Amino acid sequence: MSKIHFAAKLKRQLLFDWIFHKVTWFFTFVVFALLAALIGSLLIGSMPAIKAFGFDFLFSADWNPVTEKFGALVPIVGTLITSIIALSIGIPVSFGIALFLTELSPPWLRRPLGTAIELLAGIPSIIYGMWGLFVFAPLFAQYIQPWLQDTLGQVPGISFLFEGSFMGIGMLTAGIILAIMVIPFIAAVMRDVFEIVPPMLKESAYAFGATTWEVIWYVVLPYTKIGVVGAIMLGLGRALGETMAVTFVIGNAHQLHASLFMPGNSIASALANEFTEADGELYTSALIELGLILFFITFVVLAFSKILLVQLKKREGTAT
Amino acid sequence: MKLQFVFALLVTTAALIVTPVTYAADITGAGATFPYPIYAKWADAYKKQTGVRMNYQSIGSGGGIKQIKAKTVDFGASDKPLTLEELEVNGLTQFPTVLGGVVPVINVDGVKQGQIRLTGTVLADIFLGKIKRWNDPSIADLNAGIDLPASNITVVHRADGSGTTFLFTDYLSKVSPEWKERVGADASVAWPVGTGGKGNEGVANFVKQIKNSIGYVEAAYVKQSKMNYVQLQNHDGIYVIPTEDGFKAAAANTQWDKAPGFYEILTNKPGQNSWPITGATFILMHKSQENPAQALAVLKFFEWVYANGDEMALELDYIPLPDSVIKLIEDSWEANIKGKDGKAILSVKH
Repeated sequence: MSKIHFAAKLKRQLLFDWIFHKVTWFFTFVVFALLAALIGSLLIGSMPAIKAFGFDFLFSADWNPVTEKFGALVPIVGTLITSIIALSIGIPVSFGIALFLTELSPPWLRRPLGTAIELLAGIPSIIYGMWGLFVFAPLFAQYIQPWLQDTLGQVPGISFLFEGSFMGIGMLTAGIILAIMVIPFIAAVMRDVFEIVPPMLKESAYAFGATTWEVIWYVVLPYTKIGVVGAIMLGLGRALGETMAVTFVIGNAHQLHASLFMPGNSIASALANEFTEADGELYTSALIELGLILFFITFVVLAFSKILLVQLKKREGTAT
Repeated sequence: MKLQFVFALLVTTAALIVTPVTYAADITGAGATFPYPIYAKWADAYKKQTGVRMNYQSIGSGGGIKQIKAKTVDFGASDKPLTLEELEVNGLTQFPTVLGGVVPVINVDGVKQGQIRLTGTVLADIFLGKIKRWNDPSIADLNAGIDLPASNITVVHRADGSGTTFLFTDYLSKVSPEWKERVGADASVAWPVGTGGKGNEGVANFVKQIKNSIGYVEAAYVKQSKMNYVQLQNHDGIYVIPTEDGFKAAAANTQWDKAPGFYEILTNKPGQNSWPITGATFILMHKSQENPAQALAVLKFFEWVYANGDEMALELDYIPLPDSVIKLIEDSWEANIKGKDGKAILSVKH
């Protein structure tokens, strides 16, 4: 009697297992199908522009809806430069925050500080944009831009980056706002991965007389490098695709300037600005191709980070 | 208990999904963002009076044109009139609803409200980047007695595609051959110089924040945000400030009856008082209607709007059309918008 009961139960469990397997498989498949459909529709949508401009699209700085001559150089450069600025400010600051929260902060301060950082990550991007435009930009133009021009602007070789009048908006402002936006993401993930380092490892290092910095550099970072790279990629992903906040402060001009004080454009903000009123097949198609390029850039960045991780793994045990 | 709750929830959800279907006479429209506030206000008042709901999605003129071509909405709305040829090809007809004006605004220290005078060509040269400083002789000559700073001019334009930009660039194309050749007129153009702000708010803000800047915004924004505007020389050579009368004068000095398909852009119109950058916003409908009852509901709405909507438009700083134009529009419905049987959907008695 109990044997039959047991067999029936087993059978039922096997059935559930089978269903569960299929359901999870289906969910995964849906994501892949969506991705493929997305790429497919982007490709089809951008076909007219690809046919009309070919590879020149990537290297042309033209953007003229009246004559229907389009090129993606300005938005591509703008997207990359603002993201690079954001990361070069964001990574060191986030690293410092995560380090302080896990190693140096008094325990009673950890939780409120950590929550504050997580709250920052939850603020909608348009709030950052409006704050950037109404509060940050005027102060930036009045105090920081003149100071930058007097200091960094005098250094031979990079002085061209800080030329022009002080408008408060432009590539540098967009990069700084992006930095503020990616810091909570990077810092929160870095803190989480730093926390999983076994205390025994750290304590052993301290027992050998290592300083806090040495513990971080030789124990914590090597142990968590995958997570740290992941955190940076998360931040980069947000910086590349950020739309509203950038649109508010980048200046939205399809012009190439060497100076970071001058207005530029990013792919996402060009799309947000122009898609609604884009009439004409070629115009819409050129915008869709911009989307495809952004997709491609994100893909390359992800692939690059995976390769980096593999390389790091290979070197494990040889160095340090 | 729990089951009962879930059941109740299901029933409510189902009711919510099914209910809207009972409003058979709902009108749907999509398009231009510029007239959205007034369309929403009219729709609200009309709903209270007649119970008929009008849903308007402000997705942009380009989107509005696409939607009406695809027949997913009852009417499309565009700030840029379609040419007669485009109308013919797609079997569409169009008519204007309200007027608005575009006003150049500046932020220059020591200059009083509406004090600076500009001509169309000087304005074009500023936006071409040819005139770089406020004390340039071509500006100073028009403004004797005003102490203009020797500072660089920062040009501010719209970053998004917009009917406002279309009117502004259309005006510059009419007054400056160089602008026409180098830039042209469209909802978004390749600006030779300047910074882009998103929407009227964006441009207004940049102009307020950046010293020695010049931009252009919808007339309503000048009033709301107390900006410093300029005087412009109109077609008759007279310097005018942007007023309601100026926009009306431009509409009155337009020969709508000689404009097939109401294709009229009210820039650089003659008349002593005419403000040179004025424009109308348009409604697009199919000429041949598959569902006459639905088309009738749309036309009834606009008939009501023309009769009762002027006050509401003025409250929101839009300018109503002159009565003579409204008569022409209503006559055009009878001639143009017909059911499958060839009968006019609505004949308005005057």
